[in-house]
Amino acid sequence: MKTFLLRRLLQSLVVLFGVSFIVFAILFLTGDPALVLLPPDASAEDVRQFREVMGFNDPFFVQYGRFLKGALRGDFGQSIRHGEPAFDLVVERLPATFELAGAALLLALALAIPAGILSAVRRNSPLDYVATVVALFGQSLPTFWLGIMLILVFSVQFHWLPSSGRGTMQHLILPAVTLGLFTTARITRLTRSGMLEVLNQDYIRTARAKGVNDPPVVWKHALKNAAIPIVTIVGIELGTLLGGSVITETIFAWPGVGRLSVQAIANRDYPVVQAAVFLLATTFVVVNLLVDIVYTYLDPRIRLR
Amino acid sequence: MSRFASRPGGSAPGAGLGAPVGVSGPASAVALPDEGRPERREWLVFLRRLIARRTALFGLIVVAIVVVTALAAPLLSPFDPIEQDLGDLRLKAPGFRDDNGRMHLLGTDHLGRDLLARVIYGARPALLVGFAAVAISGLIGMAAGLISGYFGGRMDDVLMRLADIQLAFPFILLAIAVIGVLGPSLQTIIIVIGVSSWVVYARIVRGAVLTLREREFVQAALALGGGDGRVLLRHILPNVFTPWLVVATLDMARVIVIESALSFLGLGVQPPTPSWGAMLTAGRRYLGLANHLAIFPGAAIMLAVMGLNFLGDGLIDALDPKFRKLMR
Repeated sequence: MKTFLLRRLLQSLVVLFGVSFIVFAILFLTGDPALVLLPPDASAEDVRQFREVMGFNDPFFVQYGRFLKGALRGDFGQSIRHGEPAFDLVVERLPATFELAGAALLLALALAIPAGILSAVRRNSPLDYVATVVALFGQSLPTFWLGIMLILVFSVQFHWLPSSGRGTMQHLILPAVTLGLFTTARITRLTRSGMLEVLNQDYIRTARAKGVNDPPVVWKHALKNAAIPIVTIVGIELGTLLGGSVITETIFAWPGVGRLSVQAIANRDYPVVQAAVFLLATTFVVVNLLVDIVYTYLDPRIRLR
Repeated sequence: MSRFASRPGGSAPGAGLGAPVGVSGPASAVALPDEGRPERREWLVFLRRLIARRTALFGLIVVAIVVVTALAAPLLSPFDPIEQDLGDLRLKAPGFRDDNGRMHLLGTDHLGRDLLARVIYGARPALLVGFAAVAISGLIGMAAGLISGYFGGRMDDVLMRLADIQLAFPFILLAIAVIGVLGPSLQTIIIVIGVSSWVVYARIVRGAVLTLREREFVQAALALGGGDGRVLLRHILPNVFTPWLVVATLDMARVIVIESALSFLGLGVQPPTPSWGAMLTAGRRYLGLANHLAIFPGAAIMLAVMGLNFLGDGLIDALDPKFRKLMR
């Protein structure tokens, strides 16, 4: 197990290294980062001076080395718009994004796991059919349209819930539902197929043949094994949630990292964009590493590798 | 363990192996055994199974309608989608009749343009970006998956680590950052989405290749002196096509959502070209005044995406059971 975890840790470091490179290289896509960062009407003299100050005249890899050294210490430079360190700006907004993504994930798990289990246990029943079609339907709803429709119904028509901002429970409901629906649909389908597969295994048939009643079979034997792919997908879905938060936060004016980065891109505030992308990607990598550690406890077969 | 010991190192799938050692010799010396064109037969079975599923058939019909709408937009559209009327034609409700007695079935938008015409024309950028981006990422992913699965070893490690790096990014954010630098245009979104979506394809193709590599007909082809290139292209490629197609169908649904999300944020298709996502931006602004502006373009996105998802889901069920596991 130790070698497995050590290898996973090394892999995560390699991934983060790659992430840092891409985050850095984005600025160089047009060939001249000075023109990306400065307003379009900057004079040639300003551009020249800016290049000098920012060190854009150095070789590419020298600049990357400098970026990496800064990034490791949490230094992504000053926000061009706010004049504060970009890293601090992003870290300030992280709790809001985690709150939203966490609420969406909890909602998804609370709905999807029971729905998936029921669907699998009562396979081909009307309930299974409805759950499957609803899940497919849920996967097809574009997040931003769902958000707008929820605002239309719950805020504009009935004035039940606020359409923007953060603070109370009421503020959290619409964004969390919007963000969580796709994940709910995904996890429902995965739980169903995972349970179905386990329920068809020999050891379940043996347990049943030995006269174990149905509910304990489902709970004790099947769910534990079906949980393994669910744990994996939770890690991957977190990526979907963090990415989806960009859209959801924009629609509901939720003061998180996603909204901050959309605004930063509009303002050409690239240090903030770099810090935001890097921190969100790091979160994703760290969570998936944790998921893999949990995984080794759930599935002893991996420990033996 | 492989039933065929003829290929050293061919049994364990995955990392740690060098390139499989094919039996060397002139590739064309021995004619390969006639397989009775298994691809074609499998295709018929596949198609029959697909049509037998009601949800898949439903998906197929919806997708066909969207494609026909996009292709025949000028014939189907009752009005010009770009022509504005800033007079008394603005924000009219669905079913409104103008002075000439012509009905605006879905109403008009904030610039007095017919909404139905714009929804019809909006299918064009959605499908264009969908097909083009899927073609790019599908090709990259197919190549990466074939190489990774067939040769294994160092190549496999490198490609799969690249895949991890790709997956670590919140996709939308990466796309927004790149488009923010390059400036929004149809080509930019196609390339950004295309280049950064290859991972799903590569993973599925790789998994399929790993199972195929152990199959008798591949072993036989290698034993008879087929070179790696020939075996990959003639024997493995046709057999990984169906799982690839499933991924492409489901991925196209995702790409259409992303295209409209980017357009919604103002980073995709630029006005006045009608695009479902950009129409929703206006729809959101006029939500209290004219909610049809937000309802219909979004419904169009949902319908197209739903059609593709139902079709893709049906394709999974119609798929050879040995590949079905890969689709999770």
